[in-house]
Amino acid sequence: MSNKGLFGFKPDRSNYPEIDKDGKAILDLSSQKYTKLWLGPNHPGVTGNMAVELTISGDEVVEARTHVGYLHRGFEKLIERRLFVQGFPTSIRMCVAEPDTNEYLIAQCTEELSGYADKVPEMAVWLRTLVLELARLQGLLRGVPGQAGTFSLGIGVQWGVYLRDLILDRFEELTGARVYHMYIIPGGVRGLLPAGFKKRLEENLKEIDDFIVRIHQLMFNNSVFKKRSVGVGVIPKEWIDQYGIVGTTARASGVKRDVRKDNPYLVYDQLDFDPPTATDGDIYARTFVRWQELIQTVDLIRQIMAKMPAKGDIRAKMPNVLHWRIPKGETYVRLESGRGEYGMYYVTDGSDKPRRINLRGPSYTHGIALLERMLVNANIADVHAIMVSLQVCPPEIER
Amino acid sequence: MKAIVQEITEKYNLQNAVFQRDNMAFVEVEKKFAIDLVTFLKDYHQFSHFVMMSCVDWIEDGQFQLLYLLHNPALKVDIGIKTYLNRTEPVMQSAHHLWKQIWTYQREIKEAFGIDFPGSPNVDENFVLEGWTEIPHMRRDFDTAAYSEKTYFPREGRFTHDPATYMREKLYPNQPVTAKKNTNE
Repeated sequence: MSNKGLFGFKPDRSNYPEIDKDGKAILDLSSQKYTKLWLGPNHPGVTGNMAVELTISGDEVVEARTHVGYLHRGFEKLIERRLFVQGFPTSIRMCVAEPDTNEYLIAQCTEELSGYADKVPEMAVWLRTLVLELARLQGLLRGVPGQAGTFSLGIGVQWGVYLRDLILDRFEELTGARVYHMYIIPGGVRGLLPAGFKKRLEENLKEIDDFIVRIHQLMFNNSVFKKRSVGVGVIPKEWIDQYGIVGTTARASGVKRDVRKDNPYLVYDQLDFDPPTATDGDIYARTFVRWQELIQTVDLIRQIMAKMPAKGDIRAKMPNVLHWRIPKGETYVRLESGRGEYGMYYVTDGSDKPRRINLRGPSYTHGIALLERMLVNANIADVHAIMVSLQVCPPEIER
Repeated sequence: MKAIVQEITEKYNLQNAVFQRDNMAFVEVEKKFAIDLVTFLKDYHQFSHFVMMSCVDWIEDGQFQLLYLLHNPALKVDIGIKTYLNRTEPVMQSAHHLWKQIWTYQREIKEAFGIDFPGSPNVDENFVLEGWTEIPHMRRDFDTAAYSEKTYFPREGRFTHDPATYMREKLYPNQPVTAKKNTNE
């Protein structure tokens, strides 16, 4: 529902909730003006296992609180107790949506702090870029139609899941695994492209080209999608820095930020692309920017496949992983994930284990401070649409 | 970037400024000036994007290290501001008035390390843990292995490998355990 309200009815909220002297809403549940409604932690409209505690008046949200912790497995703490190489399989599980981002970050951090960053062979750098773009692609194939799914346009989700599975087939062929790949390792990558990979990938990309046209017709020419998304969940431009908003969410509000352009890494400075932007900052704009990014990602993958060297070394000679010690130091490495800036603060103390790693995912700010702010005055029917439009991934909040 | 670091070094009498990369520096500042420096960089040098706040437990030095990582989107550079707190008195001035997502970091750090930020919204509420009665779980002296052994008793018929020993046996079966230590530093 838009802020105009159902059938043009706009409830008068000027007198309640009453505000106390500290500026906080007085929500007396015994007054029977308000109802508590828990959305999640298990709900198809919630992006993963987290709960949103809503206080509603009629069908309007007057206060929202997010609750996380349902997926906390202590990854950061566990990695502190493991050898550097043992941290890799643990780190990738901090983000289910795009695990490869963690592989790259932890590899880059350890390589930078141990002096191997410039020793990664060129072929491996191209393959890392390819894997990160394939990860973005499979995320977008789920994320773009997923927004339509929040408005009950479920067919697009089914198309997207099918096509995502084709990309996971390519991942399986390249890495041996479908979701958690462990392909990017210290010093390079684990393997070259299998014979015939390029041809099979191109066949998949052609199917995705077709999907891009069909999903446009399904979503952006659809009156239900437009009515439910235009003017809903608006993020003003001024909020971008205040709330630490990144990625496509920031770009849909007119702030052009993309780590691939702002602080180029891997081979992004050799690729021709211009991150899409919009200005309205609503759910429609965010989804449309992601749809444009889908087109761009397919193009980037084609560019990578065309420009990548045919052969070459894929791994630098690294220390024995069982006796690998890294001098005392610290760094922060970031990349542009499908959901925005994704970074890792990595501290070493000269021992054979990291002293501290700390992940900074876009969901940390989008899913708590921003979501709680955006849900105030939203209609309960729009809550899950707003949440999905922020692409919140609870595992990267809890780590 | 170098000019900014030079300026704040003189203004705040900073120690140990380290350029990790051309576009990233870490500086150390006294606890009482930390929020002032963060504010100065935000307001006067357009470090408008607050990247993250983090904490490291240097238990051997009796200190917690707090990190405020700021990014300047125009210059595309980062400055990490580090300050140290005594482990026995873990209290820090809140910075929640500067950016609207900072209270989340402070709430997490309060739970994970036990550092208090008086005045920060919801700072005393649980973040990811519920009903936690042990010492804060991200402190170095919280023993995860002992906690699991105490909390999750072993089940019959299950066994476990020590990861390092298992990897050594699988990857380097012929290498003696007392292999030459790598001197990478």
